[in-house]
Amino acid sequence: MAEKVLMKGNEALAEAAIRAGCKTFFGYPITPQTELAAYMAKALPPIGGTYLQAESEVAAINMVYGASAAGVRVMTSSSSPGVSLKQEGISYLIGADLPALIINIQRGGPGLGGIQPSQADYWQATKATGHGDGQIIVLAPSTVQEMTDLVALAFDLGDKYRTPVMILADGLLGQMMEPVELPETDGVELPEKPWALTGHGNSREKNMANSMHLDPQELEDSILERYERYLVIKQDEQLAESYLTEDADITLVAYGAAARVARSAVNKVRAEGISAGLIRPISLWPFSVDVIEQQVPISSDFLSVEFSMGQMVDDLRLVVDGRKRVHFYGHTGGIVPTPDEIADVIRRIAAGEKVNQVAFRSY
Amino acid sequence: MSTTTESVVSTEKRRVLFSRPKSLSDVVTHYCPGCTHGIVHRLVAEVIDQLDIEGKTIGVCPVGCSVLAHNYFNFDMAQAAHGRAPAVATGLKRSLPDSVVFTYQGDGDLASIGMAETVHAALRGEKITVIFINNAIYGMTGGQMAPTSLPGQVTQTSPYGRDIEAAGYPVKVCELLSGLEGVALAQRVTVDTPNHVRAARRAIKKAFDYQIEGLGYSIIEVISTCPTNWGLSADASMKWLRENMLPYYPLGVFKDIKAGAAAAGAAAAAGDANTAGDAGDE
Ligand SMILES: Cc1ncc(C[n+]2csc(CCOP(=O)(O)OP(=O)(O)O)c2C)c(N)n1
Ligand code: SF4
Ligand SMILES: [Mg+2]
Repeated sequence: MAEKVLMKGNEALAEAAIRAGCKTFFGYPITPQTELAAYMAKALPPIGGTYLQAESEVAAINMVYGASAAGVRVMTSSSSPGVSLKQEGISYLIGADLPALIINIQRGGPGLGGIQPSQADYWQATKATGHGDGQIIVLAPSTVQEMTDLVALAFDLGDKYRTPVMILADGLLGQMMEPVELPETDGVELPEKPWALTGHGNSREKNMANSMHLDPQELEDSILERYERYLVIKQDEQLAESYLTEDADITLVAYGAAARVARSAVNKVRAEGISAGLIRPISLWPFSVDVIEQQVPISSDFLSVEFSMGQMVDDLRLVVDGRKRVHFYGHTGGIVPTPDEIADVIRRIAAGEKVNQVAFRSY
Repeated sequence: MSTTTESVVSTEKRRVLFSRPKSLSDVVTHYCPGCTHGIVHRLVAEVIDQLDIEGKTIGVCPVGCSVLAHNYFNFDMAQAAHGRAPAVATGLKRSLPDSVVFTYQGDGDLASIGMAETVHAALRGEKITVIFINNAIYGMTGGQMAPTSLPGQVTQTSPYGRDIEAAGYPVKVCELLSGLEGVALAQRVTVDTPNHVRAARRAIKKAFDYQIEGLGYSIIEVISTCPTNWGLSADASMKWLRENMLPYYPLGVFKDIKAGAAAAGAAAAAGDANTAGDAGDE
C-alpha cells in the first residue's frame, strides 16, 4: 500500500496523469486550474515529456488534436471561459474519433464570471461540448482522492471508445488539500493505436485523422457508428455512489463538491429521523440513469443540489419522468451552500411544503 | 495492325519521362480547371518523393479548397479546423520529432482566422513546413474577400472593390513573418510559367530541407489563381496574377537564416528572385 500524501486536488490530478502514462500537456493559464498546469510545467521536461503553453485555449486543444492523432496520451486543462474556447477543437476530436483528456476546473459564469467554485458548465459538458451530433464522457470527482483515481480511468475509456473524456471538477476540489494515495508509478501499458498518424513507413496504408464527410450518407454512417459506441458506453460505463438510499423517502442527487455538502445534510436530517439518502453520479455522461431508476419506486421526492441555477436536474427529471416529485436547490456564482441550508430544504420537502425563493425551485 | 503498333511504339525504346509522383494518390481531384492548387500539390509530392520521406511525412490540410488534400496525398494526413493547422502540426511534431510535418493552407485559413496560430508557431520556431496558397480570395466559400485581397479588388463581400478605409490593408505574410526570430525560411514564389514552377519546386525542397535540418519554421507562399471566383479564364487568371498580384506581393526570399538577413533583403529588393538562385538540386 502506498503511503498517503497531502496534496492539492489540481496537483494530485496532474501527478496521477503522469503516472497514467501521459507525458504530453498543452494549456493556457486560467484560475482556478493554475496549479495543474504549473505542476506539469515542472514535472514533464525532466522526464522527457512535452509541456507547452499555447497562445490560447483554441491553439492548445488543436495541439491536443495533433498529439492525439500522433497516438500519444495527451491532456489539456482549463476553466470555464477557456473550455468555451476549446469547444471547437473538442468537436473536431469527436468527429475524428481521437481520444484526449480535458480537465475543466469550473468557475462561475457566464462571461468572465468569477473565480469561485461552480458547477454551471454541466450543460456545456454533457450536452453541448461542441457543434454537431456527439458526446464526450464526463467524469465528476468529489474528493482529491477521486481526482487522482478517475484520471487513469478517463484515459483508458478515451482509448477504448476513441473519444475525448472530460473530468469536470471545480475550484473547490482543485484548490483543497486532502490526504491522497497516488497510483503506483510502474507498469502502465498503453494500448496499440494502429490508426495513429506516425508516418506509414512504406509498410501500411496511409492513416487519416478527419471529421469531414461531404456525402450526407457517409456522414450519417460515421455518426451512426459512433452512436453505437455511445450505446455501449451508456450500458457499461455508468458510475455512481449511493449513500443511505435503501429506505430513503427523499433522495438527494448531487455530484462533485456539491455531493459533499449534500452528504452532510443527509447526516443532519437522518439524526432527526428524516429518511434521506444521496445518489452521487460520478459519470455525468453517461448519466447515472440505472441507479436513479432503481430509486424511483423507493423515494417520494428527489432533490438535485448543484452549484448552479439547475442543470443536472433536467437529466434527473428525464429519468423520474413525472412519477415522483423532483426538487432543485442551488447557489451559483461561486456561492457554496451550507449543509444547514440544504438540511432545511430537506425538512421543508419532508413537510410537503412548497418553498419559493431565489435559489429554490420546486417542480 | 500489330505491325503498325510495333513500328510506332517499340516497348524497348519506351522511357518514362513523366509520371505521377508516388506521394500523390491515383484519384481525380476536385480542383477547377486552371487552379494552381493542383500544381502545388504535385510540387509538394515531387519534393517528398525526391527526399524519400513519404514514410515519415504527416501532412495537415486546412479548411479551404484544399480541405480534401488528405485524399490526394499518399501519406498520413490530418484534417484541421479552419486556421488551426499550425497548432495541429505543433502537436504532431512535438509528439513525433523525427517525422516531417507540413501544413497546406489558404490565405483565409492562414492569415485571417488562423493568424494567431501562424504567428505563434513561427515565433516558437516550430520545425514544420508551411505551404501557403495565396489566391487573394476565399475560394471554397464562393469568392469572398480574403485578408490578401488587393485594394480595389471586387469580391462577393467587397462588391464595390476592397476599400482599405473600411476593410484595411491586405497582409503581406512573408514580410510579416520574416521579422520573427523562429522563422528559418520565408519565401514567396509563383507558378505562372515553367521557370517559376521549377523555382517554386526548389523553394519547397529547401523548406523541407530546413525542417529536416531542424532549423525552424519554414514557409513558402505561393501566389496562386482562383479562376472560378476571379471570374476569369485560366489564361486570363495568369495574366491577372502577373499584372495585379505580383506587384503587390513581390517574389523573393524574405528570410533565410542560412543566407543571413542582409542577403535576403537584397534578394527581395532585386525583385524576381523566384527565377534566380537555388539551382542545382534537380
Ligand atoms: C470556423 C469556420 N469558419 C468559417 C468556415 C467557412 N469557410 C470554409 S473555407 C473558408 C475560406 C477558405 O479560404 P482560403 O483559406 O483562402 O482557402 P481557398 O479556398 O481560397 O483555397 C471559410 C471562411 C469554416 N469552415 N469554419
Ligand atoms: S474555387 Fe478557386 S481555389 Fe477553389 S478549386 Fe476552384 S479555382 Fe481553385
Ligand atoms: Mg484563398
